[in-house]
Amino acid sequence: MVRQKRSVRTTKSVMSHGTLATLSVIFMVPFAWLVVTSLKSESHMSSFPPEWMPRGEYVQLGPDRWAEVVRNEIVEYAPIEYDPEGKAKPRVALKSKVDLVDAWGTPLDREPTRIVESDKVVTRVRPTLRHYVKGAGAFGFKVFLQNTLFIAFVAVLGTVLSCSWVAFGFSILQWPGRDKLFYLMLSTLMLPGQVTMIPLFLIFKSLGWINTYLPLLVPAFLGNAFFIFLLRQFFLTIPRDLIDAARVDGCSSLRIYWQIVMPLSIPALATVALFTFLNSWNDFMGPLIYVVDEAKYTLSLGLAMFKGRFANRYGEMMAVSVLMTIPIIVLFFFTQKTFIQGIKTSGMKG
Amino acid sequence: MLGLVFTGPWVLGFLVFAAYPVGVSFYYSLCDYNVFSAPRFIGMGNYVELFAEDPIYLRALWNTVYFMVFAIPLTMATALVLAMLLNLNVRGQAFYRTVFFLPSIVPIVASTVLWLWILNPDYGVANMFIRPVLNWLQSGCDAMRSGLLAVLGSLGLDPLRPIYESLGLESPFVPRYVFPPPPGWLRDPNWSKPGLILMSVWGVGHNMVLYLASLQEVPTELYEAAEIDGAGTWTKTRHVTLPMISPILFFTLVMGMIGTFQYFTQVFIMTDGGGGPADSTMFYALYLFNNAFIFFRMGYASAMAWVMFLLILICTALTFRTARGHVYYAGA
Repeated sequence: MVRQKRSVRTTKSVMSHGTLATLSVIFMVPFAWLVVTSLKSESHMSSFPPEWMPRGEYVQLGPDRWAEVVRNEIVEYAPIEYDPEGKAKPRVALKSKVDLVDAWGTPLDREPTRIVESDKVVTRVRPTLRHYVKGAGAFGFKVFLQNTLFIAFVAVLGTVLSCSWVAFGFSILQWPGRDKLFYLMLSTLMLPGQVTMIPLFLIFKSLGWINTYLPLLVPAFLGNAFFIFLLRQFFLTIPRDLIDAARVDGCSSLRIYWQIVMPLSIPALATVALFTFLNSWNDFMGPLIYVVDEAKYTLSLGLAMFKGRFANRYGEMMAVSVLMTIPIIVLFFFTQKTFIQGIKTSGMKG
Repeated sequence: MLGLVFTGPWVLGFLVFAAYPVGVSFYYSLCDYNVFSAPRFIGMGNYVELFAEDPIYLRALWNTVYFMVFAIPLTMATALVLAMLLNLNVRGQAFYRTVFFLPSIVPIVASTVLWLWILNPDYGVANMFIRPVLNWLQSGCDAMRSGLLAVLGSLGLDPLRPIYESLGLESPFVPRYVFPPPPGWLRDPNWSKPGLILMSVWGVGHNMVLYLASLQEVPTELYEAAEIDGAGTWTKTRHVTLPMISPILFFTLVMGMIGTFQYFTQVFIMTDGGGGPADSTMFYALYLFNNAFIFFRMGYASAMAWVMFLLILICTALTFRTARGHVYYAGA
């Protein structure tokens, strides 16, 4: 081994730490911008140059009580003075009619609208949770979340059951034609979804399944070539002797599937479940094609439609984005091993 | 028999959701079909129209190729650099790895809406960083120029300067370079695709995990042997690391190409399905979707899908051919 001098090694480690730290700050900037925007008052949303602190307009009501100003109309002006040349001087506001809300965006009880001296309205750094409340309320977040969770859970259940069932047939059981059929299945992985998209739409349309979740759920119960492949590879690592011993003891294939193969494959099944869940949570094109009623939107579709309708309401969009991302990040921290392992073994898209 | 009981669900799914649609889709691609009336057979008409009569299709094809040529190498290089830095086994590796990985799990719709706001030309955070740099470069350039002019003046090489200046003109000896304003991103046809590429670079965490896993499997003996032969860092990277991880690089390259053909959600949301400005973000999958579900030209869209399939096969085959001899498969 060639030994490096201590000083060279220290320089190297400082450099790599410096580079990594700089890069991680750059990678974190979008997250910071997301959170800051979601906590900012509209009046500071489009300030130039952009601001990093979530500022808003406030009126002080008590020693430690501040109310946010959400509407600010100047109602009384100073008398207009004329200078000798006859040019009007800028008018100076004296009194403002303001709507006050608390940190959650709820109008202050009794008298939300009041007249205050204009100079009582001050700009201060104070995050507001208004966008979260509005996002969760007016946007229909709760309904969309329920819809998304329903689709995701049914899809996970269907995919895990059907893929393990089929993978069992492709690995543990031995029968003529098995491998040919398996290669046929692998070849379908090459087919881009766009080729089948249009006939599938027409099939579901003729079945009257448009504006239901059936086009998103039924296919899950008929297996997914990629996950079947993944589970088959895992099932093949189960010791053959174990299966044979069970057979000698008179175990039926059904029992071998349910009581031996399934419990031994929990890690692989967890990978399939996790990635099916993520796919459902993220899916956009499916709901876009098949879901019509707003009451049936998923989170992805709902957020995209909100963007289409109110392109400038970034506060609410960012708040909903935060709410939509947090569960995934929490899931990641709880299932890190499965997550990383799933990506490594398959290279699949998350 | 029992085998078919178990594989039956997939066989059924295959027949209904793959085999039949593939056949029908090919038939539709030879038809004029708008859903409301029965398909009318027109032979190769759709395919001819694609390449001979549809400038937007060619534009979509061009945009897709542009994205492939710039985004794939850039994302692969970024992921590789990050993975190699992490592979140095610095302290806090787990922390850095999480930071770089997290962006890739943000739901696509959320990250798209976020990037739309980041790339806002006036109020976005991207230009917030670019603007001061441009200003700084501009003032640096101006300072250098006035210095040069002062030197020229003191040497008596610019005798007409007072005349220019009294006329309000710039001295022609050293023209003033004016830096362009910060990019208009999705408002500017020339900057919309770079904006999308920037967004995809943020999401490289997935490839990074793959590369890191592959880097960690390179046997240390190889590095030790190379060191004994006097190889430096660059030589080791070039002749040990890259060949050893070439299979995964190759895999991500092919997946990247397939993914670019199917690039849809991001542009659909950013441009409300329009592919603007000036069709600069009209990508292949978006134009296909629009033809199918906005214009109801199902036959035409099917033809596009088949051409896409063919192009994916060609790209994959070409990559396989080029890769032969460059990709090292251990034990193969």
